[in-house]
Amino acid sequence: MEKYAIYVPRLVTRRENFAPGHRACIGCGEALAVRLACKALGQNIIIANATGCMEIVSSPLPNTTWRVPWIHTLFENTAAVASGIEAGLKVLARKGRILDLDTKVVAIAGDGGTSDIGLQAISGAFERGHNFVYICFDNEAYMNTGIQRSSATPYGAFTTTSPPGKKSIGQVTWKKDMPAIAVAHNIPYVATACHSYPFDLMAKVDKAMATHGPAYVHILSVCPTGWRSPVDLTIKMGRLAVETGVFPLYEVEYGKYRLSVDLPKLRPVTDYLKLQGRFRHLSEDLMNEIQQRTNTEYAKLKEKVG
Amino acid sequence: MVKKVGIEVSVAVADAAKLANVDVIAAYPITPQTHIVEHLAQIVADGELDAAYIPVESEHSVMSACCGASATGARTFTATAGQGLELMHEVMYVASAMQLPIVMAVANRALSAPLSVWGDHSDAMAVRDTGWIQIFVENGQEAVDNVLCAFRIAEDQRVLLPVMIHLDGFYLSHVIEPVGFPEQSEVDQFIPPYQYPLPLNPDKPVTMGAFAPPFIYSEAKKVQDVNLRASKEVIMECWKEFGNRFKRHYSPVESYRSEGTKVLLLTMGSFGETAMTAIDKMRGEGKKVGLLKLRLWRPFPFAEIRQAVKGAEVLIVLDRSLSYGGPGGPVCSEIRSALYQQEKKPQVISFIGGLGGRDITPAGFEEIITRGIEISQTGSDQEFELFGVRE
Repeated sequence: MEKYAIYVPRLVTRRENFAPGHRACIGCGEALAVRLACKALGQNIIIANATGCMEIVSSPLPNTTWRVPWIHTLFENTAAVASGIEAGLKVLARKGRILDLDTKVVAIAGDGGTSDIGLQAISGAFERGHNFVYICFDNEAYMNTGIQRSSATPYGAFTTTSPPGKKSIGQVTWKKDMPAIAVAHNIPYVATACHSYPFDLMAKVDKAMATHGPAYVHILSVCPTGWRSPVDLTIKMGRLAVETGVFPLYEVEYGKYRLSVDLPKLRPVTDYLKLQGRFRHLSEDLMNEIQQRTNTEYAKLKEKVG
Repeated sequence: MVKKVGIEVSVAVADAAKLANVDVIAAYPITPQTHIVEHLAQIVADGELDAAYIPVESEHSVMSACCGASATGARTFTATAGQGLELMHEVMYVASAMQLPIVMAVANRALSAPLSVWGDHSDAMAVRDTGWIQIFVENGQEAVDNVLCAFRIAEDQRVLLPVMIHLDGFYLSHVIEPVGFPEQSEVDQFIPPYQYPLPLNPDKPVTMGAFAPPFIYSEAKKVQDVNLRASKEVIMECWKEFGNRFKRHYSPVESYRSEGTKVLLLTMGSFGETAMTAIDKMRGEGKKVGLLKLRLWRPFPFAEIRQAVKGAEVLIVLDRSLSYGGPGGPVCSEIRSALYQQEKKPQVISFIGGLGGRDITPAGFEEIITRGIEISQTGSDQEFELFGVRE
């Protein structure tokens, strides 16, 4: 196993299709996740990028971070743009106007662009069965506009539009289960990943690429700026999210669930929550509530795994 | 040219897209456009056209999918109307600014509320600043001809802009008219194969849609404006070539019996035909009135409008949409501003009519002209008159 750990990193390409020199914040988990995903995606791809942090940090005219073809149009329509690209490539190849290179279309977006404003377009693209990969880089709020809550923001978290106060605990709703929504579309492949598990992340993106039909990968991306967490703890934070059961890693192939990291015993959620300023205001009771909910959800997931 | 056939205009528009051998069609149903995409679905299902037909889940996604498809170098077509065009609105700015030569037929329709599926130009006017080329047609033949021209114009390397062909909902979309179709070989010669200069292609990665900081945004917008204005030459060149090949002639502003007349009526779209009947009758009665039909709405044909109204004393403009609390009709206010600096110019009288499918008969046009002349003599304290409205 030790040898394997030395050997595997050498298999990873040194080529950076998400080139250095972008403008992401220090300690940005999303930039790391995108970089890792790009290593697995390779070069025979076209990326459609939703509006958000990743578009802004990577594409200020006249510069670009992208060494693969990349298109940004708007916020909520990335899955629809990807649908059009996929359809265009397919018909042009069929008509012999371009070489049939089996180029994969990859839609990327944040949690707002995915689980809020872009949900309809994603649902449409999944339902129509386009051959594409959709990757959600989930940093659990609208970070690009300055930390506003999304439906992916966790319960109790501070954001600028879910501020805790005398009459509020912060975010009052539980995180929307976007992977479950993807699974409900009966698409061939759904997975969760985190940049703190780089080989697992790349393996899942690989699988998504090899899937024929829609594939969805939901990547938890730690955001020190928005989470009010130390910039040097990005990797640790991702590991804690997984080890506490707050963000379990799993994949769903043709409806069949498999845990990627099976934990016999979960760490207490406080290990994760207490490192982040966005949960600083939480009372003991609220932390207990989050612990209960995490246990329940993890048990439900294990039941699905069977 | 084969002989004319009686055909529903929507079906004819779909057949024109087929003749143009489109690669990708993104479609979402909306009255009164639906027959166009229905017929295209059948054409593709029957194997008569090798195209990807994407039945998208909203018009917003229609235009988004069109952008994606067009960026790969695929010839892309869609159709919409009214609320559908409004839902596409923000994506339309992207299509033009990113120079994606999409062709879209618009069966002009009123906007909610109150809900109205019937025709007027509210939708077309709401998208006039999206940077698209906008061409209005008057009958089925013009619709077919201009859909064909639209591909040639849009995909011209000097243009690379999306084009809307506006045909009035129901008035045109749902009527059966005699239409002549060119042969496939003639169309193939008329519309060269689509070559997008920098398509999305892994062999030659490009970044499309990068964001513009303030130091470069104005320049990007200037380029867009210059490009759209310059497209007029190409549009006229295309119409000229179409006329040479198919013997039907189009121009940005068209005149009917306007020579030597002091009073002109200006309309857009299908009302032109009814208005011609009214003009004929009035001319028969010795009244010196003529008609102008504005075909090219964007880029706005300033020189042609100024030329067309030379010598006229009264210009009555009939709009089919209303700018609430503003100058009244958008067409009239743009024409007024086009003429404002002219030394000699006609009085411009604004009428609005035909909202939400309200019909205007030849007698109605006569009434508008007569009332327009009256206003030109007596003046009016109103910015415009809403024709036939019950108060």
